[in-house]
Amino acid sequence: MMRVGIDLVRVSRIAESLEQFGARFLNRVFTAGEIAYASAAPALTTERLAARFAAKEAALKALGLAGRGVGWRDIEVLHGAVGPELRLHGAAAQAGAVELALSLSHEGDYATAIVITQLAFTRTGIAA
Amino acid sequence: MTEQIRKILKEHARLAQDAHTLAEDADLYQAGMTSHSSVNVMLALEGEFDLEFPDSMLKRSSFESIAAIRSAIEELSR
Repeated sequence: MMRVGIDLVRVSRIAESLEQFGARFLNRVFTAGEIAYASAAPALTTERLAARFAAKEAALKALGLAGRGVGWRDIEVLHGAVGPELRLHGAAAQAGAVELALSLSHEGDYATAIVITQLAFTRTGIAA
Repeated sequence: MTEQIRKILKEHARLAQDAHTLAEDADLYQAGMTSHSSVNVMLALEGEFDLEFPDSMLKRSSFESIAAIRSAIEELSR
């Protein structure tokens, strides 16, 4: 079955989390690769992190994993040759996704992400 | 413990109402907590109670109410 997930994040809220919790927030939510990609553009670091956070939440919704207990780093945004891509690890990789597509956008104080996925099977009792 | 949880919710959950008057079983997401503010709540709880939430507990239900947060902390403190 096809599923879609969307999320919208305020960039300023991500900046506040970084101020309040620093490396604990960064390292809990983002992979080393995501942090490196965001840090490579200092003027856009927070926007890139916000878009990646939105991508993780959108993926949780699309995969029906919000009720399941998945770490944020198990949903990783890679910077592929033709744009951002998702790579799933751990429990997220067991969700049955055979196809995944991601699109990110940010403008001003908002960052958003959409994930479309094709699932090999459906689960019941999903609280997305 | 409940008062500490309420204090953290007041500071980090961005609820539409005062966390100190919220029922213990009230749905925090319906009260305005977003998935992002729940991350801040989690990090603040870890600091306050000196514990770490494992990935298996990073689910919506662990943080959906004051009572749910309290039982999650109790489970981790055992």
